[in-house]
Amino acid sequence: MTMIFGVPLAVFMGQLMLGLINGAFYALLSLGLAVIFGLLKIVNFAHGAMYMLGAFAALLGLQTLGLNYWLALLLVPLLVGGLGMLIERYMLRRIAHLDHLYGLLLTFGLALIAEGTLINFFGVSGSSYPTPTALQGGYNLGFMFLPIYRAWVLLAALVVCLGTWFIIERTRLGAYLRAGTENSALMQAFGVNVPQLVTLTYGFGVALAAFAGVLAAPLYPVSPTMGSSLLIVVFAVVVIGGMGSILGAVLTGLGMGLVEGLTKVYYPEAANTVIFLVMVLVLLVRPAGLFGKEA
Amino acid sequence: MTFNRNTLVSSIALTATLMATGAQAQMSDNAVRIGYLADMSGTYRDLAGPGGLEALQMAVEDFGGEVNGAPIEVSSADDRNSADVGANTVREWFDTQNVDLVAGLVASSVVIAATKVIEDNNGLGIVSGSAASSITNEHCTPNHIHWVYDTYPLANGTAKAVVEQGGDTWFMLTADYAFGHALEADVTRVVEDNGGEIVGTIRHPFPTSDFSSYILQAQGSGAKIIGLANAGADTVNAISTASQFGVVQGGQQLAGLLIFLNDVHAMGLEDTQGLLLTTGWYWDMDDQSREWAERYFERTERMPTMVQAGIYSSTMHYLETVAEEGTDDPETIRAAMAERPVEDFFSRNGRIREDGRMVHDMYLARVKSPEESTGEWDVYEILSTIPAEEAFRPLAESQCELVTN
Repeated sequence: MTMIFGVPLAVFMGQLMLGLINGAFYALLSLGLAVIFGLLKIVNFAHGAMYMLGAFAALLGLQTLGLNYWLALLLVPLLVGGLGMLIERYMLRRIAHLDHLYGLLLTFGLALIAEGTLINFFGVSGSSYPTPTALQGGYNLGFMFLPIYRAWVLLAALVVCLGTWFIIERTRLGAYLRAGTENSALMQAFGVNVPQLVTLTYGFGVALAAFAGVLAAPLYPVSPTMGSSLLIVVFAVVVIGGMGSILGAVLTGLGMGLVEGLTKVYYPEAANTVIFLVMVLVLLVRPAGLFGKEA
Repeated sequence: MTFNRNTLVSSIALTATLMATGAQAQMSDNAVRIGYLADMSGTYRDLAGPGGLEALQMAVEDFGGEVNGAPIEVSSADDRNSADVGANTVREWFDTQNVDLVAGLVASSVVIAATKVIEDNNGLGIVSGSAASSITNEHCTPNHIHWVYDTYPLANGTAKAVVEQGGDTWFMLTADYAFGHALEADVTRVVEDNGGEIVGTIRHPFPTSDFSSYILQAQGSGAKIIGLANAGADTVNAISTASQFGVVQGGQQLAGLLIFLNDVHAMGLEDTQGLLLTTGWYWDMDDQSREWAERYFERTERMPTMVQAGIYSSTMHYLETVAEEGTDDPETIRAAMAERPVEDFFSRNGRIREDGRMVHDMYLARVKSPEESTGEWDVYEILSTIPAEEAFRPLAESQCELVTN
């Protein structure tokens, strides 16, 4: 059997695959954060809570309304995105002229409120969300057993990430967005409704988090605390990729998934810390992040 | 049924009151004060938390709200799973509120810190939630009692049963902190003593949200059994991931070493069926348990975990002893509690040893399949009883100073 650093090739390949799938989650979440930070300069600490709300909305939709997975995948991001737009319109906008720290504190507070309220009603044990029938079972890839659902997660996340990148970098709407954040006064002079654009962008970033939440629901127990643990890692990913860089967030997300996956084989004790180690190194060598523009 | 029970309890209280009149002056500040310390909002909330406080209040109400005329006062605090917060809260309780009993006590790290403070203040603590067997071993004090379970019977029950059924090669997934290490050591000892072998171990960070990598490595090891020396959300995660990766279909079995009712309830029977586990109590194990559990359910709409039941049982035992002795002096009460056998809806063949360990019958259970289950909370089948004297660490092996001196 071929060995790679003392690990059989088959195991090694399997771990790379899993790393990539986890990386897809990181990519999806850090993409939302990067869009919101890059275009609105808001450090959105409520991102983990929005991811959690996405998973919860899917679960409650199924339990109370019989809303199936595919509809949830479509409707939940709209719903949670709408909530995000309300938050932007009635809260974040009021403090937009203040230091970034205020936005951070506000969103952090909102996250704590959302988490605390749900803990009060649902506890912390979480509930399981059934894997949709069409995606049950798995493929035998020879080197590993790959559950179909995980393959779907990878595919869906990549498609959404690339779509987002395309909209922002390659379409007229995206051009307006980028211009609006560069110089909003000038854009408004051209007759573009910049405040509306900002609200929509925040809503879109939040919808991405909710989409990730629905994707995660069949994989992990749906619990009020599921977002807070992930949020810190995702922030590290954004810092490594470079705050505000869209493509950077996606590539770094996938890359960090791989790094973490390999750590789980060679030194599992460090699996939760390795991303922060990379972050420290990147900050020392390239403070603006791997893909960020030098400030 | 409820009527009978209440009548019984009130008559016990009444008798106790009559027997002990005149001793009232010996209750410190003329009140019995109980402080409930637990994780009320984090990972361990559902196994004790607000539901445990409810069980404690239920015991106080059933007892009549007072002991020999002295009112029973309950206060509670969230330790947030922090040893500092826990120890400071307990210290404050002693300094400003003259708390007589500290109850609840969940995360092992918090408990080890809190029991030191209880000892320094010569108070009394009853530990119901913790797993670490060191609490009545190297960390024993004359001021606390460990009520529900610990890592020793968990390994003794589950690991032994699994090896006897032919599961003789094990791959361990261990939470990388004191509790996980202790459980791993206990399991290793039991597996090897029974002729089995540990073929591999992974120590994963606590907490871990994605177990797929570890499950894949465990699959690759070829071990018959994947032992989970972790708890709470980590165990839930590991089990549901194993189900997604077809571990059981691949011919391997999981052995969850610390699993609570709320964990199984959260995961559902589809993912957990067939799992063997050791428990100190189960709500549906007999008439007495059912009767109490149903009263609890009416208040909380959840069936109680073994920890929540243990909180009621230990509080009742404490209050009955205080009523009988006519004092809340910790030293007298601790000694008197140990003299009374613990025999109630929770504990069978129970007694408190000199190291503070309340030994009682433990049970080996199997999680039912969805077809076998007749209701939302009908999840365990009790397979066998592990007698009190065999379940826990024998005193001959104890490192507790109260035993060795």
